[in-house]
Amino acid sequence: MIAYILRRALYALPILLGVNVITFVLFFMVNTPDDMARMNLGVKHVTQEAIDKWKAERGYDKPLLYNAARQGARKLTDTIFFDKSVGMFAFDFGRADDGRDIAREIRHRMGPSLAIALPVFAVGLAVNITFALVMVFFRASYLDFVGVVLCVAMMSISGLFYIIAGQYLVSKLWHLVPISGFADGLDAFKFLVLPVAIGVVSGIGAGARWYRTLFLEEMSRDYVRTARAKGLSEAAVLFRHVLQNALIPILTGAVVVIPLLFMGSLITESFFGIPGLGSYTIDAINAQDFAVVRAMVFLGSFLYIVGLVLTDISYTLVDPRIRLE
Amino acid sequence: MIQPVILWTDALIFLLLAATVAFFLYARRQPHLRDPLRRVARSRVGMASMVVLAAYVAIGLLDSLHFRPALPGKPGAGVQYAVETLSVLDWLAAPLREQVEKTYSAPLATHAYAKEVVELPGGGEARDFPRLKYGGAQLADPAADKWPDITTRAFKAEAMALAGWFLAAVGLCAWLAQRGGEGLSAAWRDVWRGKTPIPWRTGLLTWGALLLLAFPAVALSTHYHILGTDKVGQDVFFQTLKSVRTGLVIGTLTTLVMLPFAVLLGIMAGYFRGWVDDVIQYLYTTLNSIPGVLLIAAAVLMMQVWMESNPDLFDTVAARADARLFFLCAILGVTSWTGLCRLLRGETLKLRELDYIQAAQAFGVSHGRIILRHILPNLMHIVLITVVMDFSGLVLAEAVLSYVGVGVDPTMQSWGNMINSARLEMAREPMVWWTLAAAFLFMFVLVLFANLFADTVRDAFDPRARR
Repeated sequence: MIAYILRRALYALPILLGVNVITFVLFFMVNTPDDMARMNLGVKHVTQEAIDKWKAERGYDKPLLYNAARQGARKLTDTIFFDKSVGMFAFDFGRADDGRDIAREIRHRMGPSLAIALPVFAVGLAVNITFALVMVFFRASYLDFVGVVLCVAMMSISGLFYIIAGQYLVSKLWHLVPISGFADGLDAFKFLVLPVAIGVVSGIGAGARWYRTLFLEEMSRDYVRTARAKGLSEAAVLFRHVLQNALIPILTGAVVVIPLLFMGSLITESFFGIPGLGSYTIDAINAQDFAVVRAMVFLGSFLYIVGLVLTDISYTLVDPRIRLE
Repeated sequence: MIQPVILWTDALIFLLLAATVAFFLYARRQPHLRDPLRRVARSRVGMASMVVLAAYVAIGLLDSLHFRPALPGKPGAGVQYAVETLSVLDWLAAPLREQVEKTYSAPLATHAYAKEVVELPGGGEARDFPRLKYGGAQLADPAADKWPDITTRAFKAEAMALAGWFLAAVGLCAWLAQRGGEGLSAAWRDVWRGKTPIPWRTGLLTWGALLLLAFPAVALSTHYHILGTDKVGQDVFFQTLKSVRTGLVIGTLTTLVMLPFAVLLGIMAGYFRGWVDDVIQYLYTTLNSIPGVLLIAAAVLMMQVWMESNPDLFDTVAARADARLFFLCAILGVTSWTGLCRLLRGETLKLRELDYIQAAQAFGVSHGRIILRHILPNLMHIVLITVVMDFSGLVLAEAVLSYVGVGVDPTMQSWGNMINSARLEMAREPMVWWTLAAAFLFMFVLVLFANLFADTVRDAFDPRARR
């Protein structure tokens, strides 16, 4: 197991390197360090000395990817790309354009992001599975049909609609919770209820339908017939046998998203003014702050790879037939 | 006296249209594609959604024929063309486009949304809701005449819609009668009792519902703003119609852009295996591991910088907005091809071990030929299912991306831009709800029927779903 995880970690390195190269090339394809200096210094007539000074201060006074003036391995290491990427791999993200430490910001903002993403994930999973079970229990009846139609309709509604309608109804008309904002500690509850509820509701359509097909597939297995043949009630078959067996694909499918919960939700957070990583990213995008966008891309890719490894491990935990070599 | 303009996305749309037609012609001769297609046509849900989608596509196509009208100039001098690029839809809906009010007005309103200082007929001034310049301008006494006027206009339009629908129904039955070699009344009875293999009754009913909605909308829109006006006084109904094209372009061109990569790389990875497979797998794992929105955001940011530093590349605003739309499709394609690529790789891995491929290899058929003749046709159903399934998600994604600020150009009409601009007006009292409602409604209908259609296609083409 440990050997497997080590191997996967080594395999992740080239992927993260590739991610870095892609974002780096994307950025510097259109932007030279001189442009960056000019944009940040913000003055119309910037002298070349000022630009050089800015570049030297931030380590942008080197070639981008290949330094022909150096010897041997230094040809590759004495470059902007190497300098900036090595820091990334050590989770040293450097500073944003406004001079703040990105790593510190990320640590601070993870909490609020998780405070929304985790309940949405957990409650959403429970609600979706419940709805799917009800539909499967009454399968091929009008209830099932209405449920499926409702699911398709719900997944056809834009996520923005749920947010806007929810804010309008709950906050503006009924004055139940504040429209947006955030507070630390227990006070956060009243700010979190609405975004979490909206997150859950907007996911029901696609989620419940997906689990329904999953359960239906499981219903056609042999063990279900056996269970019925020995005289179990339909409820016992569904809840004791089908649910337990369907939990394997459900759990392993859910594990891959868990690490990504740290990244928060871009849209929800910025609509509700929650100071999480999602709204941080949106602000960075709008401010064209490349250092932050790059750090978030790296973090996202890293968490995705962690999710993949966790998925593999969870397979072995829930299904003894699978062994990691 | 017009100068046709072909924007990048226009060219691709018509390429896509040609490709679709070519696919149908090809599929008609292939039993393994023809039968599922027939199943789609014979499903009632499929029929209804096809009619609705066809209406959307028709609007989108009308909006994709661009031209620059000639300016009235001196005779003898060379013809001058307007800077503005128009589409056929703009031209058809000229009253809608040109009847611009000052600012907000509610749907079907005759008076503006906000009070202003108006001159009273007898001299003097007062603060009141001013009359709109165009909305209900033909009415002498709006308070008394408005609703009777609207009802008569709507009623006339409904009558015309019914007549039009009846003609279409009779035409269809005549065609069916001629094809089936039976009488017109027999064909009519079959259609009406739902006895035809293709559910024409469902199609006709959907078509009738569309006509009943469209005719009054068009009839009323020349004298009223049926969905109100936005902040700068533009007709919201016109904006939603214009947004149809943007939504369709995002939903379809994205897949068109990604398809060649996904198909080629997926087949290569599965067929050649070895290091080719390793490289391609590395490529898509890397792309897949970047959070989609972030990659799109980073790419769009970069493109904005590039466009700002090269403003002379685009001669009109429309060309600029179009280039951005095309780029957005391309980058969405880059982020979304990985799923299809992985599916195709897996399927090719399975196919290449089958006997007929082994036989072809033993006969010394070249790799290129095996892929083209034996593997590609057997992957078509996966490609088709993916294309239709992705469509609705992409339409919804456009709204979200425009909200984040990395969507289509702000000058381009799109549902995302409409929602984004109307979102801030929620705090007004009374609330400005019509822009949001119009955008969400049109988007919802398109996505709903696209989803239903996608389900039908998947059920028909997926061999596992066959019972």
